[in-house]
Formats: sequence, structure tokens, C-alpha cells
Amino acid sequence: MTSLQATEAAEVMERTRKRERSVFRKLIKNRLAAFGLFVIALLFVTAIFAPVIATHPPNQMDVTKSLLGPGEAGHLLGTDSYGRDIFSRLIYGSRVSLIVGIAAVVFGAFFGSFLGVIAGYFGGKFDSIIMRIMDGLFAFPFILLAITLMTVLGQGLVNAIIAIGIANIPGFARVVRGQVLNVKESEYIAVTKSLGAKHSRIIFQHVLPNSFAPLIVYATMSVAGAIISEASLSFLGLGIQPPTASWGSMLQEGRNFLVLNPHMATFSGLAILITVLGINLFGDGLRDALDPKMKL
Amino acid sequence: MGKYIIKRIINMIPTLLIVAIIVFLITRMIPGDPAAVMLGPQASVQEVEKLTEELGLNKPLHIQFFDYIGNLLQGDFGNSLTYNQPIADLIMDRFPNTVILAISALIIAIMIGVPAGIISATRQNSILDYTVTTISLIGVSMPVFWLGVMLVLYFSVNLGWFPSTGMGSMDEGFFTFIRHLILPSLTLATIPMSQFARITRSSMLEVVSQDYVKTARSKGVREFIVICKHAFKNAFTPLLTVMGLQISSLLGGAVLTETIFSWPGMGLLIIDAIEKRDFVVVQGTVLFIALIFVVVNLVVDILYKVVNPKINYSSNKGGTS
Repeated sequence: MTSLQATEAAEVMERTRKRERSVFRKLIKNRLAAFGLFVIALLFVTAIFAPVIATHPPNQMDVTKSLLGPGEAGHLLGTDSYGRDIFSRLIYGSRVSLIVGIAAVVFGAFFGSFLGVIAGYFGGKFDSIIMRIMDGLFAFPFILLAITLMTVLGQGLVNAIIAIGIANIPGFARVVRGQVLNVKESEYIAVTKSLGAKHSRIIFQHVLPNSFAPLIVYATMSVAGAIISEASLSFLGLGIQPPTASWGSMLQEGRNFLVLNPHMATFSGLAILITVLGINLFGDGLRDALDPKMKL
Repeated sequence: MGKYIIKRIINMIPTLLIVAIIVFLITRMIPGDPAAVMLGPQASVQEVEKLTEELGLNKPLHIQFFDYIGNLLQGDFGNSLTYNQPIADLIMDRFPNTVILAISALIIAIMIGVPAGIISATRQNSILDYTVTTISLIGVSMPVFWLGVMLVLYFSVNLGWFPSTGMGSMDEGFFTFIRHLILPSLTLATIPMSQFARITRSSMLEVVSQDYVKTARSKGVREFIVICKHAFKNAFTPLLTVMGLQISSLLGGAVLTETIFSWPGMGLLIIDAIEKRDFVVVQGTVLFIALIFVVVNLVVDILYKVVNPKINYSSNKGGTS
């Protein structure tokens, strides 16, 4: 590497670092985004330290103590119809939400980006075939596609991840394809090409890194959507298998005891709402910090 | 314009075909023998064989597919085992109910969301603006099934104002009909309403600072007219896009709302059919909803062009239908 290239590389790195710092500063300054970040951090802490935070084992039943109100007999938020501690189940439920939310989006982002890059970069037949299929998938309302897939795959955590992940593919393919089309037109890609760079090198070193900002914003927002979808599936009895605590299935159980014990349904829904709100706020802030003109 | 519409309709055909292929393939993904899964564990071997024969599952996959497409083209969605009815009839029974719910929700969403967005934008940074922004932010993050359950809890269980389930028929009087409609349509309206408010606010903010709006003001045009006629007209296009997207999720996302309120629409039909393991009904209804979506999208795109004739679609190479 010549010294000129070395200084150039150092400059680029310095610029990237500065940009990263300013993005983080902007995020913290934005009070709503900071609140979102706080909620996300809280979610991670809860999920990781669930055994420490929970006051009872989440699946421990005690029929003599069923449907207790908040604060009764040492149960912070009361108990459900099987006498299980609602607070502990909510704490453990964060694991399901977080795992499904992130894994489904990673799944969708991986395959979606792959298809989007191929469609956008190579264009032509690849583009029309891939995007036609994506249009076809887009014709299904998100939740309906997930429901149909779950019906076929059957209940379970992994299947929920696959179903919601597949439903996420067309969105990522579209976003990445759009970005690739933008980047592809730029002069420096033309220069790199004329220097004889391989397709894989251009894609991985130049095209993808430049599509990163919108991709990360879109992924953040998608996690919120995936968490709602998991809760919806579990609410419909198509998601996580009982007795594993999921916020959606807790809400479904609580619905049957709405008159006797309304707080069961109330708290699980609040957990979903606050989590999703936090992620959305963070996503909004991230978009504004990275590029306020981004259309997502 | 006519040329454009014809081109779009022709473009729609491959999408429709792909939709049919996807639905066909998904239902063929059922692990094991679909006929056995549908009949349940208590079914005899003869029964399973008979159903396999009836559904044509013993034929090669490509023959099954051509049969399927051939039947679809004749409007035949197959027959339901559990309902003992052609699926097309089942769907047609339920479709109007879903449409009633979706349209009521859309009306509520537009009537509240759009004015809220306009007011929010014209009084930027006022308390009113903050209220609208906060509520719409919570609204877009709302798990609708939870909202539905909470509305039932407060307005049906505690206050007894509205019935918690079912759909009132017109025969029982208009009032009964409306009373049944209010909670489900409010639930379904929440997310689109919040999105309309957000998108109206942001596109109005972009427009109100532009020169032509200032010119209109300086000419002495009344503020109300400036906002409604001059500004909103140009802020309308992004709103239309979001509306188009929302109509589809109103028809499909109604699955949850319909389940909570036992609203006899297509969503409830799907969930019922899943419980009964009647996959043929699931397949047919899902396909129908997707077809509706494609058609609605086409209509929205054409409307888009009517509202905003300057948009040049020829530069838009596929991808966004």
C-alpha cells in the first residue's frame, strides 16, 4: 500500500468515526430516541437477567392461588388462572419477544438483502423475476402471510421465527434493491468497475456498506413489527407453544378472565405497547440522525 | 391515460399468477399427508384415501397446479369439507361484512386522522401539536388486539355501552347495527388513523412554508382556504399512497379485530377454518384477500395518476406495484 493510499484510508476511517460519534450524539440529544434506547436496553436487561428479576418460576402452577389481584400473597401483579405469577411470566415473556423479534428480522434481512442485491445489481431478467415474486409476496397482508405459514409449519418458537422471517423478506428486498440502484449509478462504482474489480468485491466492499444506513433503520422498525406479529400469532394460538410465557398468549388467556381479573390482559398488552413504542421511537431517531431525508 | 390503465392491468397478470403459485405451494408445504392432517387422527384409512382422491392429491404436482389454476379461472375455489359449501359462497357471505368493517374504519381514520394532522402542522410546537404527535406515535405502536380487548373491558364489560361481540343485522334496526360496529371499527381504525395524522402533518409542514402558500396568504386569501385548498391539495399525494397501503392491511389485518369481536368476516373465517383444519378454506380465503389487494393497489395507482398527472411511470422500472 502506498503512503498516499494509507493516508486516504486513515482519513476515511477518521471521517467514519466522526460520523458515528455525531450520530450517537444526535440520538442522545433527541429525547424521544433516548427514551426508545432506554426501553430497548431495559428489554435486553430483562430478557438476559430474567431468572434474577422474576420472583417466581414462570411456569409454576398453584391452583389454590389462581386469579389473585396485584400485590396479593406476594404476587406483584397477581396470578393467572393456573396460579402462575404474572410478573414473572411477563419478565420471561420478554425473551420470546426479543428472540423472535431479532431472529425473524435477521432471517428476513439476510434473504431479503441477498435477493435485493442480486435484483438491483445485476438487473435485467434477475430483477424482473425476483421483484415479481416479491410483489406476489407483498400482495399478502403481513400478518396473514405469517398466519398461513404458521398453519402449515405448526406452533413453536423456531417456526414463528421462520414464518415472520419469510414475511419480512419482500420488504428488505425492496429497500436493498432501491439502495443498490442508487449506489450503482454513482461514479465511484463505475471507477471501481473500470479498474477490474470483481462483482463480489464491488457488492461487499462498496454497494452494501453504502446501503447500510437505510437498511439499519428499516431493520429497527421491522423488529417492532416482528414483535407485534409474534404476539398476534400467539394471541391467535398459532405462535409459541404453551406453557412458555409469551405476551401474546398471556393476553389471550387474560381475555377469558376479563371480568374476574382484568389486569392479566392489561399488563401483557402494556408490555407489548411499551416495547414496540420504544423501538419505533429509537428507529425514528436513528433515521433522523443518519439522514433526515431518508424516505422509509 | 387509457393506455396506462391497460398497461397496468396487463402488468397485474404475472403478479396474480405468482400469488396463486405462492398460495398453492404454501399449502403443499404441510408436513405429512395433507388429507390425513385435515381429517385428524381419528380418521380411517379409507376416509383419508377418499379425500386424497377428491382433492386430487394423488396426481403429480404440476397436474394439481394446472387443475387448481383452471378451477380458479372459473371462479371455483374448491369445496369446504367442514362447512359443506363451495368456498366461493363462503367467501361471498363474509366479504361484505369485512368490507363494512374496513370502510367504517377507513372513514373514522380519515375523518379524525387527516384533520388532526392538518391542525398539528398549522400549529407546530403548540400543546395541540404535541398531543396529536404523541397520540399518533402511540397509535402506530398499538397492538390492536390488546386495544380491542381493552375497549371491550371498559365499554362493554364495565360501562355496558356497546355489545362486545357479533354483528347486528340491519333487520334489528340501524341503531343496533351501529352499536355493534363502533368498537370493532374504532379498534381497526387506530393504526391507519395514527399513520394518516403523521403523514398529513409531515407533508403539510413541507408545503406550508413554500412560496405559493405565502403568496396566497399575502393576496389576502383567508387562512382556512389557504390551508385547505392551497396547501392540503399538494400535501395529498403522500397521504394517498399510505391510504392505498392501509386499505390492504384493513382487509387483511382485520383478522385480529374480527377474532376479538367475533365479527363474521373473512378474517374470522380464516381463523375458524384453521381451528377446523380446513386448509382448503384457508387457502381460498387467503388467495381471495391477496387478489383484492392487487386490484385495490391498481386502483390506487390509477387514482394517484389522476391526482398527480405529472408523475412519469415509465421511469419506474417494476418493483412498485
